[in-house]
Amino acid sequence: MSRAKQASTTAKGVNRRQFLATSAKAGCAVGLVGLGVTGVAKSSRLDPLAIRPPGALAEQEFLSACVRCGLCVEACPYDTLKLARWFEGAATGTPYFTARTIPCEMCDDIPCVKVCPSGSLDQALDDIDQAKMGIAVLIDEKNCLNFKGLRCDVCYRVCPLIDDAITLERQHNERSDHHAMFLPTVNSDSCTGCGKCEHVCVLEEAAIRVLPSAIALGKTASHDTYIDTESTTLEMLNKGFEI
Amino acid sequence: MSQAKFAQAAIDELGWFKAHRFLLLRRSCQLIVLSLFAIGPWLGLWLFKGNLSASEFMGVVPLADPLTTLQVFMTGHLPEISLIVGGALIALFYALAGGRVFCSWVCPVNMITDAASWLRRKLALPRIAELPRNLRYYMLAMVMILPMLSGITAWEWVNPVPLVYRAVLFGSLTGLWILVVIFLLDLLISERAWCGHLCPTGALFALLGKVSPIKVSATRASACDNCMDCFEVCPERQVLKPALKGSNPMIVDSDCTQCGRCIDVCAQRVFQYQNRIAIKAENNQ
Repeated sequence: MSRAKQASTTAKGVNRRQFLATSAKAGCAVGLVGLGVTGVAKSSRLDPLAIRPPGALAEQEFLSACVRCGLCVEACPYDTLKLARWFEGAATGTPYFTARTIPCEMCDDIPCVKVCPSGSLDQALDDIDQAKMGIAVLIDEKNCLNFKGLRCDVCYRVCPLIDDAITLERQHNERSDHHAMFLPTVNSDSCTGCGKCEHVCVLEEAAIRVLPSAIALGKTASHDTYIDTESTTLEMLNKGFEI
Repeated sequence: MSQAKFAQAAIDELGWFKAHRFLLLRRSCQLIVLSLFAIGPWLGLWLFKGNLSASEFMGVVPLADPLTTLQVFMTGHLPEISLIVGGALIALFYALAGGRVFCSWVCPVNMITDAASWLRRKLALPRIAELPRNLRYYMLAMVMILPMLSGITAWEWVNPVPLVYRAVLFGSLTGLWILVVIFLLDLLISERAWCGHLCPTGALFALLGKVSPIKVSATRASACDNCMDCFEVCPERQVLKPALKGSNPMIVDSDCTQCGRCIDVCAQRVFQYQNRIAIKAENNQ
């Protein structure tokens, strides 16, 4: 009985025309708000050089998945992670770090990934050495002390994957024509992007910097047959021998 | 009578504390919930980790905002099981506890909009623009559709609820101007504009609250002396009339935030909280 009465009171004598008109107006107004929010959110971006935590999905998927809860920030024992601020648009509240300030210490148990409820930090990452937060790039050879023939080596020494992610490549020193130079060289296959090299670089502005992989890495065209040069060459040689 | 100071009758009849009891309880509850999250990053006492968007209680129980969780689904991303369980737990909790109980007992934005409403009453500001109450459901639909179109949880950029928590827990103060805008909107343009007309979080909790057993009820509606104090203070005053003047004394409209201010300000003790399932069981005996 009371339900029938309720139905008649909620209708409040609004006829179909009024209902359609208000719905259309409200729908349009709210739709415009939505478009505005999305447009502005998408146009203001996080610093393109900001580094995401270990296991982070590609940027677009990351922005879909991350719920901005800050659990990773609180899980990090080194205060490495920060949340993006409001004027950084769609990225607001998402975690990142600045390697020059505090780099990733590459905890074995990866607490930031473990605690992530949204899957924006991929739980499949169980070995921190496999992380791909970014790629270190020796961006300024002119000012790097090792390129001047000195033995600074700090970035090499501090690298958690020393002799793998960063190696020192010996080269003849043309300037003295007598000595050797030991050039820090990043192996992009093993570099995790932890940023310890950038953090410790002794120069006022770091000569080696971690860049997001999307910026640091080139990409072979998918139609290129030389993607896997080694096996292609072997195959060609083997075939040659068969003939 | 109606010219008397607001709620003076209730204060005279019940005493100041009793006439503000649910207001004080709600404020304490809002601040306690915020503190339980804040003592983690501030003092290292980790009872709750995370914020209202997603959190972990005692390092075990996952909790999550149903609106945020739904938005993630709408982007097409399948979250971890902990977010799904967390969102379901919170949805279940508010479905039982009363839906918009979140709005009046937990949400930090309520303190700001209540302040605007209080100041509006003190300054006797006129109502200027009246927004339709159901606009919030359009907002909710928009918040659900945006991730499908844009692939990002765009609403989380401007959502004021996590903004407050992020400001307190992580010191991200830059988005707080949105709260200033909400305060000014509520104060100068339209009464209770945000919480009562626009907020999609409130809209979702209102939908969840439809099944809730806990309701405010005008059990002594016959004692009502039409002083209008409850209408003055109610953030969703359209819910009062059916209960006071209709045949069912229970405020069944899920827009009701169960803030209990009507109970506070009523000198005639018309209102009280009731559990409608318990009452049904009693009636059936």
